[in-house]
Amino acid sequence: MSVDEIKIGGMGASRRRVEDNRFIRGKGKYVDDVVLPGMLHMEILRADVAHARIKSIDTSAAWEVPGVRLVLTGETMAARNLAWMPTLSYDTQAVLATDKVRFQGQEVAAVIADDPYIAKDACAKIVVEYESLPVIVNPDQAAAPGAALIRDDKENQPTNKIFDWEIGDKAGTDRAFEEADVISTIDLHYPRSHPSPLEPCGSIADYDRATGKLTVYMTTQAPHIIRAAVAMVAELPEHQIRIISPDLGGGFGNKVPVYPGYVISILASILTERPVKWIEDKTGNLISTGFGRDVYLQGQMALRKDGKILGMRMHTISDHGAFFSDAQPTKFKIGLMHSTFACYDVPAAHLTSTGYYTNKAPGGVAYRCSFRVTEAMFFQERMMHAAANDLGMDQAEFRRVNLVKDDMFPYRTAFGFLTDSGQYDKCMQVGMEAIGYATFKEEQEEARKRGRLLGIGISTMTEPLGAGNSREYDILGIKMFDSAELRVHMSGKAILRTGAKTQGQGHETTWAQIVAHELGIPADDIVVEEGDTDTAPFGMGTYASRSTPVAGAAVAMAARKVRAKARKIAAHLLEVSEEDIEWELGRFYVRGNHDRGVTIQDCALAAYSNMPDGMEPGLENVSYYDPPNLTWPFAAYFCKVEVDPATGVWDVLNFVAVDDCGVRINPMIVEGQVMGGLTEAYAMANMQYITFDEAGNCIGSNYMDYLLPTAWETPGFELHEVVTPCPHHPIGAKGVGECATVAGPAAFVNAVMNAIEHTGVRNIDMPLQPNRVFEALQTGQDVSGMPPVRVE
Amino acid sequence: MTSLYNEVAADPGADVPTRRVSISVNGEKRTVDVEPRLLLAHLLRQGLGLTGTHTGCDTTNCGACTVLFDGRPIKSCTMLAVQADGHEVETVEGLASASELHPIQEGFKECHGLQCGYCTPGMMMATKALLEKNPDPTEDEVRWALSGNLCRCTGYQNIVKSVLWAAEKMRGDEGEEA
Repeated sequence: MSVDEIKIGGMGASRRRVEDNRFIRGKGKYVDDVVLPGMLHMEILRADVAHARIKSIDTSAAWEVPGVRLVLTGETMAARNLAWMPTLSYDTQAVLATDKVRFQGQEVAAVIADDPYIAKDACAKIVVEYESLPVIVNPDQAAAPGAALIRDDKENQPTNKIFDWEIGDKAGTDRAFEEADVISTIDLHYPRSHPSPLEPCGSIADYDRATGKLTVYMTTQAPHIIRAAVAMVAELPEHQIRIISPDLGGGFGNKVPVYPGYVISILASILTERPVKWIEDKTGNLISTGFGRDVYLQGQMALRKDGKILGMRMHTISDHGAFFSDAQPTKFKIGLMHSTFACYDVPAAHLTSTGYYTNKAPGGVAYRCSFRVTEAMFFQERMMHAAANDLGMDQAEFRRVNLVKDDMFPYRTAFGFLTDSGQYDKCMQVGMEAIGYATFKEEQEEARKRGRLLGIGISTMTEPLGAGNSREYDILGIKMFDSAELRVHMSGKAILRTGAKTQGQGHETTWAQIVAHELGIPADDIVVEEGDTDTAPFGMGTYASRSTPVAGAAVAMAARKVRAKARKIAAHLLEVSEEDIEWELGRFYVRGNHDRGVTIQDCALAAYSNMPDGMEPGLENVSYYDPPNLTWPFAAYFCKVEVDPATGVWDVLNFVAVDDCGVRINPMIVEGQVMGGLTEAYAMANMQYITFDEAGNCIGSNYMDYLLPTAWETPGFELHEVVTPCPHHPIGAKGVGECATVAGPAAFVNAVMNAIEHTGVRNIDMPLQPNRVFEALQTGQDVSGMPPVRVE
Repeated sequence: MTSLYNEVAADPGADVPTRRVSISVNGEKRTVDVEPRLLLAHLLRQGLGLTGTHTGCDTTNCGACTVLFDGRPIKSCTMLAVQADGHEVETVEGLASASELHPIQEGFKECHGLQCGYCTPGMMMATKALLEKNPDPTEDEVRWALSGNLCRCTGYQNIVKSVLWAAEKMRGDEGEEA
């Protein structure tokens, strides 16, 4: 008589999404939809030059515009000790520039007015006099002797270098290279990209002098971290700060950092004593908020003739822009770059990294990526591709020789991660079968004879998702755990809150499914709330595919603790001892007498009306979950393309994605995540990048220059699944949101390279726009995205 | 009934010219005084409180602000409110009746055609224009008709499925009525 799990919308049900009910009616509530009484509007004046000393700022004409209430500059901020703020990587970032501007788009002044049109008008009347300084737009220029010093505001910062960092076994790796039969090398640029959620960033700060309470509606993926940051920056007591992250129009990592606009709107509200709304326009979003990537990746691999990898070396040079504001665990300077090659059995590895300041917007956010894992896996799979070619080995065969075998788990990677589960070779087999790998070479030969260029590209990876365990992962010292609070009402309905924050991932739907799975309460009877720091338990937010691995686990644990209490109530109701109670989904019964039982709803009512003597009333739990390890999903992607030799245009003929993200809570939503991620991967491989000219002008500051794929060019994807449950996650799930963005780009690039490398070309840097592919075909030479600055 | 526009005019220091326009919005005649420079998207959102129409890019690329203008899909961030004087505008709020969802709305939910929901109203309005012209589109025709609308979450595959699902449902509904 247990309930049918699929019928109640439990685990494994492709339950239609609850949040859709408002979105399809146009009733979503995004920050810009919130209107507060007496609300003023803020506009930011941004620097139009990339590196210049500020000689003067004249705001007098702006003050004259009717309807203007306040004009703020760096000077006003500095008077309140708010001109600078800390970043998530222990650096500082200017809120409003005081001394000089360090990138085009940097915040210089702000106008607060009765409506946004007036604020824009007044911004245009502010006159800033600049004195030009030499502009640095790449690490080569930053490292050059005598280069202009970007961060002259900092003590002990004599150069533009931010850090040198290393990890791994240098001596062991050197030995591996001495023993190698073949050494393969690769030199890549992973260009700057912007996550570009459709909704830009914004906030509404509402300070109430009477109560001392500051409420901020904000586009943030991590409301509790923001609360801590605001407490720190604005020196307000944490209990008087309420951050509300309402519906978010996408995030993809762009909405993790603290942005100057948020801080300015807060000060503006404190000064005007009215709510102040700031909504960034698209250009502001693209030129000033968190970029991803912008890394130079150099690698070498030591190989034995039979295809066995003996060791690998990697060096990264990263361009962080003017402020080091990477959102990443404290311990690691270049994120989890050292997760590279985690799915392969590599005996020795060594990674060195150098980071530089440049006159570009602060970058290094994890754009749909678990802290630089996208770069790590792109490097890995381009390195694998080059190595297989250098060995004269088949791409799939080379990978299968070196992939970690099922019986090797738990497996300690060369950089020290512990991977714990997977069926890598099975995923390979499923993918090879689906794409028709066995007959492809013949097909490719035949096509070539007729002048057609076909190629197949493979990308496989396991990535570290779900930071963290708190031993190793923290941001600004705050340990990376997460939380859930489950309250079951007397009628058996429930409310669940977590410290995560959905941005389209469907938490309102899937969290309820986990509770349904654990308690047998229909998912429709559970409402899920996130994003309000006054009501949700403390959590680190949603990014790095950490919600299901961490907050999702907390949901399961909270539900289990509720069930444990309900069991005691059941024993009381059934008048037997607790040891004689059995559980089936939705119901407790007496061992040996299946008919004698009570439902979870009966227990909920009793928790409020008939609890055992001495028991605390109510039925609820708050759980904080600190995962023992990361989760390790696996992906094997196979892409088949045709390159048009006359134009350099390439079309995806077929794309097979095999994902093993452990147990799937809602298969429909998992597939949606994979398809969305693959599309971003396709975008980065094909068109989506942001570059800068010599003067530091951002090329890609709007959607006419920054190309995003539409329905027309985006290919279709064929999805397959393999399920290897995560051994330590309460419901066996692993992260999935970012797998496709991480593993995808190399599949596209490897496919195009496979189609044209008979011409001698080894590499074209992303994006593989037709002109780059055409140039490679014409010259037989590699096409690099590295300096000198390339502006298409 | 509006605040933004009246308030500007009421400011003692301001001498802002306004123009009276009448627009049929979701079948209801709305008469407002607006600054000539006011964008239609902003009139809908801030003036009329119809926040289902979103603005994403400000440059007519993303299509989140798509509404129907005399039945044709247009991007309301690139039309002035005064240009809509005397015309009919239909927004996402006009899709469903009090009791029933439009088949397009059902299709998007049924086929998981949305994630964050920000592009969805524009996608659905562009879909409505397509299906009114072409009740039985091919996949390519759907992709082409929606190529002025960006989605950052879904990868479009499920959006296409949603549109085809809705088209089939609408043809079925019409069949029943006949």
